[in-house]
Amino acid sequence: MNDLKEEAPMSIKRNLTRSRRVAAAAAVTVLATTLAACGGGEPGSGEEPAEAASAEEIEAALEEGGTIDFWTWTPQAQKQIDAFEKAYPNMTVNLTDTQGAEDHNTALQNAISAGSGIPDVAQLEYQSVPQFQLPGQLTDLTAYGFGDHEALYTPSTWGAVSQNGGIWGLPQDSGPMALFYNADVFEEHDLVVPETWDEYVEQARKLKEADPDKAMINDDGNGAGGVTSMIWQAGGKPFQVDGDTVTVDLADEGTQKWAEMYQQFIDEELASDIPGWTDEWYQALADGTIASIVVGAWMPGVLESGAPDGSGKWRVAPMPTYDGTPVNAENGGSTEVVPEGSDDKLLAAGFLQWLNADPESIKVFMETGGFPATVAELESEEFLGFESEYFGGQKINEVLAGGAENVVEGWQYLPWQSYANSIFSDTVGQAYLDKTSLLDGLAAWQEENVRYGTEQGFTVNG
Amino acid sequence: MAGTGTPVLGRRPPSLRVSAAGWSFVAPFLVVFAFAFIAPVIYSLYLSLFRDQLMGGNQFVGFANYSAAFTDPKFWDGAGRVLLFLAVQVPIMLFVALVAALAIDSGRLFGKRFTRIALFVPYAVPGVVAVLMWGFMYGERIGMVGWLNDAVGSQVLAPFTKEWILVAIGNIVTWEFVGYNMLILYAALRTVPGELYEAAALDGANQWRVISAVKLPALRGALIIATIFSIIGSFQLFNEPSILQSLAPTLISSSYTPNMYAYNLSFTGRQINYAATVAIVMGVLTAVIAYVVQLRGTRRED
Repeated sequence: MNDLKEEAPMSIKRNLTRSRRVAAAAAVTVLATTLAACGGGEPGSGEEPAEAASAEEIEAALEEGGTIDFWTWTPQAQKQIDAFEKAYPNMTVNLTDTQGAEDHNTALQNAISAGSGIPDVAQLEYQSVPQFQLPGQLTDLTAYGFGDHEALYTPSTWGAVSQNGGIWGLPQDSGPMALFYNADVFEEHDLVVPETWDEYVEQARKLKEADPDKAMINDDGNGAGGVTSMIWQAGGKPFQVDGDTVTVDLADEGTQKWAEMYQQFIDEELASDIPGWTDEWYQALADGTIASIVVGAWMPGVLESGAPDGSGKWRVAPMPTYDGTPVNAENGGSTEVVPEGSDDKLLAAGFLQWLNADPESIKVFMETGGFPATVAELESEEFLGFESEYFGGQKINEVLAGGAENVVEGWQYLPWQSYANSIFSDTVGQAYLDKTSLLDGLAAWQEENVRYGTEQGFTVNG
Repeated sequence: MAGTGTPVLGRRPPSLRVSAAGWSFVAPFLVVFAFAFIAPVIYSLYLSLFRDQLMGGNQFVGFANYSAAFTDPKFWDGAGRVLLFLAVQVPIMLFVALVAALAIDSGRLFGKRFTRIALFVPYAVPGVVAVLMWGFMYGERIGMVGWLNDAVGSQVLAPFTKEWILVAIGNIVTWEFVGYNMLILYAALRTVPGELYEAAALDGANQWRVISAVKLPALRGALIIATIFSIIGSFQLFNEPSILQSLAPTLISSSYTPNMYAYNLSFTGRQINYAATVAIVMGVLTAVIAYVVQLRGTRRED
């Protein structure tokens, strides 16, 4: 409750600058919310529900106006803000482009630790939500009626923002996995588009034999995100979180299934090891050196901007499966959250709600290559019928949205996933480097995670 | 005037006034020193006594972080790596710098000014840019190394492999700092009085004799300084491996050097307390080794 003394006067001062009566009601709500949020100090225990702010109160506060700070690396953000400020002329949103998830998380963590310069709304990858939520650094948005929005979103994205007894954001986008392949290379070497992983490995062998300079897949041993998604698809549930108890089992049935399959790429040197996201990587994607990639539905935007020379060559197909039955996983994707340290949570919640739930904002987001998390948009004819020029006129969204329907349920990330990912190349990556057993690498990764989790005060089984 | 009105003979002991005036001159420095150096060190010491956890919050743990650091294989692996780096790279770099300084000082070098500048220019290139540039040249597919290998027809150079990555980093650091060390040594050579050379000439000493009897003894102090700088630089190795990590993630671990370890602990692992501990232990280690080198160096001089 110590924060109360400091926060209350600030909210009052801010709200005094507002002119109309409506503001008074809003101010009371903000205070009440602050009070309630301060009360639930115990991290992970499910915060006390804040006193509700109705949709009308949120609307009134937005009409009234104010200024909020928004941190994001979403390319569409400025256009969305423009539309928002047009809809609510009294609102000003200060955008800070944080460039990418890694720097963003560091900057946000620093601001929260310092207790100043904290944004009102910030983007977070789904996998990073627990890392900020568990220490009590995010606002539970249940009090603002955000639970009513559940039906708008795909189950997997909604599951990612509503965990540990609260609603911490609204989904911005999703990344169901798909197989992207270079049709020119496939045609030249008479390869078939694989439906199963066995076929995929077979095609990779064929390509290596026909042209050793090309590789079916690329893996630099640093792709924790891709690997966890592939384990997800294989039915693995290596991370189970229940309050402060975490179970790490990177040798469960699904994980083993993936490791056994993927080991073939490593042992037979079927994968190239070009470092990801470098010029060399983009060039290899453009010229066919990398013939295919299994990755999230956000990839078309990356290809179009990073490998423009590959235009017309690429196609998309469903993610390969183990037995031919369609099954999928998510790869990446983000939500927006309201940090606990925001000094105007009502406005922040209002903006966030508009950003990820208002059809107008989602339209702006999709127009420039965003892949939505909302069911209505994923099912809309306009979206599904879109013919991508880069993909030779293919209706890519039909394939990508189809993948969103078959996502395996029940996947969880570690509460410290971004740290876990940062040590992936130290552990699992060594198997790629030395051509040794992936399962050994996964065991080393598990050991490091158990150690870290225990140090961070969790009860870790593993 | 402070002295106005006081009898000339009855002046106070000068030491106090001198020290007051002295302090006021030193004060601006001391203020900056306190804020920019003392305060961060004290804050780090303070941080190192706590542990901030995701679950359970911040608590005082005494010296638990230190005992953890002393038995942390990742930390000592990294420390061992920079020691190895120090033992191999620094002598090579200083030898090259010494040869270059002597060559330029000999006056027999064609295009002396150009050589001096050319050797020094890499130091003026920002470290990050230098590493990116080398990283590109090291590329086996589209880099200079790839082109060389193709020209020879076999893989003669493979900087991004387990065996060679540390050598590749050493090459970059040498390239960056030879010019800097050369300048320290060259400056020391310029202070050698001309009479010594005249005397050597009168005694019939040849160039090699001049180098061993006049120039090298004159360089001892500068060499010790350069060595100490290089020791500190080696222990703080960060830029080069950190940037190359994005090009070779499996070769360069997150705890490749103590500084990288501390950085990753605090910025990806949220373990600022343990990171502060690692930084302090490494700082003390560096200071001790640098001090020993300085002691040995000056003792021999006596």
